[in-house]
Amino acid sequence: MSETVIDVRGLTKSFGGRKVVDNFDLKVPRGAIYGFLGPNGSGKTTTIRMVCGLLKPESGAGEVLGLDVLKESLKIKERVGYMTQKFSLYEDLSIRENLEFIARLYGLDRRVERVDRALEDLGLSERQAQLAGKLSGGWKQRLALAACMIHEPELLLLDEPTAGVDPKARRDFWDAIRRYSAQGVTTLVSTHYMDEAVQCDSIAYIAYGKKLIDSPTAEIPKQIGLHGWRVAGRPLQQAQEMLEQSPGVDLVARFGAEIHACGKDAAALERAVRAVKQAQPHVAIEPIEAGFEEIFIYLMSGAMDNFQ
Amino acid sequence: MNLPNLLDLSWARVFAVFLKELVQMRRDRPTFAIMIMMPVMQLVLFGYAINTDPRYLPAVVEMREDGPMTRAFLASLRASTFVDIVAVARTADEGEAMLRSGEANFLISIPEGFERRLVRGERPQILIAADASDPVAAGGALGAIERVAQSAFAPEFEGSLSYLAQGPPPYEIVVHRRYNPAGVTAFNIVPALLGVILTMTMVMITSIALTRETERGTMENLLATPVRPLEVMIGKTTPYVFVGAIQVAIVLIVATLLFRIPFTGSFLAFLIAVTLFILANLMLGYLISTVARTQMQAMQMTFFIFLPSILLSGFMFPFAAMPAWAQAIGEALPITHFLRIVREVVLKEAGLADIAGDLWPLALILVVLATLALLRFRRTLD
Ligand SMILES: Nc1ncnc2c1ncn2[C@@H]1O[C@H](COP(=O)(O)OP(=O)(O)OP(=O)(O)O)[C@@H](O)[C@H]1O
Ligand SMILES: [Mg+2]
Repeated sequence: MSETVIDVRGLTKSFGGRKVVDNFDLKVPRGAIYGFLGPNGSGKTTTIRMVCGLLKPESGAGEVLGLDVLKESLKIKERVGYMTQKFSLYEDLSIRENLEFIARLYGLDRRVERVDRALEDLGLSERQAQLAGKLSGGWKQRLALAACMIHEPELLLLDEPTAGVDPKARRDFWDAIRRYSAQGVTTLVSTHYMDEAVQCDSIAYIAYGKKLIDSPTAEIPKQIGLHGWRVAGRPLQQAQEMLEQSPGVDLVARFGAEIHACGKDAAALERAVRAVKQAQPHVAIEPIEAGFEEIFIYLMSGAMDNFQ
Repeated sequence: MNLPNLLDLSWARVFAVFLKELVQMRRDRPTFAIMIMMPVMQLVLFGYAINTDPRYLPAVVEMREDGPMTRAFLASLRASTFVDIVAVARTADEGEAMLRSGEANFLISIPEGFERRLVRGERPQILIAADASDPVAAGGALGAIERVAQSAFAPEFEGSLSYLAQGPPPYEIVVHRRYNPAGVTAFNIVPALLGVILTMTMVMITSIALTRETERGTMENLLATPVRPLEVMIGKTTPYVFVGAIQVAIVLIVATLLFRIPFTGSFLAFLIAVTLFILANLMLGYLISTVARTQMQAMQMTFFIFLPSILLSGFMFPFAAMPAWAQAIGEALPITHFLRIVREVVLKEAGLADIAGDLWPLALILVVLATLALLRFRRTLD
């Protein structure tokens, strides 16, 4: 069954005459975990808001859960869980009151039980009477996530849900998402973390409001065709400066005691790296596969402006 | 966005919003305290006279006699700036009815045989019945009518009648204060202050109802849920109906204990009117909150409403003495109608039937404001 849960075409939105999202298409099949990547200000939040009916697109059309995005947004809202990027629960309500408020708005049965369970899953049962505004940033994030899942939505639209969340909680979160996915829940999640990007089935990459990449995660490295070399050793500062000035090196990314130098042109890249080895004999060089981190730094460095 | 869709509602969601709003109100202690303390402070501060110089107050003349002198007197009354003759009544009942309904502030009666008795030196009376529920307006009546009579009759007292110009005027002007015989200003001001206090708090508190959600970013979450505009509106405004009720109780208690104001009319009529008035003000504030982008803007708009509510409603100046354009604005304000009602009910023994003429405009304003607010509600973040 490859039913399409999100099917939007040509979504466009401008703010102050500037196109923030431009002719955006997206198809997400049921049960998929779709990563939504792009630099700051590229239009991810705006797109997600259009998908769940919080912003009216200037043009474009589409269906979410088989319902018309433009005309049936109320019905869509009942079946979608949207987690906003900025904390948008009530700071002057307690943790429990926030969850109960949301549960009431969705007209949920067994409300007390559901809220109890959500609190338990969160590990916040003891602190349920605490005001939400007094929670630390990461806990606020986790509360918001619990709130948007309380009505067991079929589609999750998560806008940077794990920003500021500790690694253990992030791991738990992704385990939960995969569990939901197995049950047929679809997820569109925006993130700036590459370790999360690789967990997605597919990735849509957006820059300046335009979608540049939309592929299964596994195919993206091949599609970009980025080659890489590892340059390791100490000191590295001179090697880094040399690499940055060499033709054929599109990206120099420093990872502690090693540098990943990447480029589209494999031969030119190798020449540049070998030249560095010659000048700085103490460094070790080794060809590597360019990872997601490098690919997306490369994409965000603007080298892909005219891609497609 | 069509209307049936707008009227769609689930009471469970209304209750959810109501409950949340109630909790938030309770947590916001300072604001809550101000809402409760304000009536007391206002009453103590403003429970005293605000003096004005009224002009063009509506009057009805009851002419039992039609002669050259009385006609000259009527002509002078018409020319005077103090009163505005809205009708000339032929029977006593007609004049009384207009006074009672508030169409006229004065009833000026010239008795039968006035001229004959005047010429004979019997000092006939010109009777003025003043609606003293607005003592400011009534206060100037005697002096003003005396001046009018003097200038009207002076040219008549010539030739064979010149003896009448000597000594004290050959007639007597008698003023009867109705409804507030002692002319106590507080009797007028205090019931009216109820209107001002309710306007101020109810409009102000709801004017930030939606604006606060937008500013804090909680609007995004609220709009992402299936809550409907009407549910938000009802749920968000209902808690303040109770605040309004508390304020009404405080004002009534202070009015009775401190100012010893008699409550003469129908309490049921008062309850209906005050409920409509509170609702109309809540909708007015709510409408502001659908327009304002920030809480600061909402406050400014509230004051934009508040000033005409004080100046053009008949609170500060007698309504009838205002120019037509100001009266038109006044008629559109809920407080104008409420002031008339509350004065009639508290001081003039009015019942439901007597205030119907101001009750339906209040209801109409309420419906119009609520509809506008619903139509203005932004269902998206645009
Ligand atoms: N309500 C608004 N009014 C005006 N401009 C806006 C509005 N919302 C977003 N923008 C602009 O639209 C662009 C895209 O914003 P958006 O929030 O969609 O980016 P994003 O991809 O979510 O960024 P980030 O990764 O920082 O969250 C930005 O340039 C932003 O300034
Ligand atoms: Mg964003």
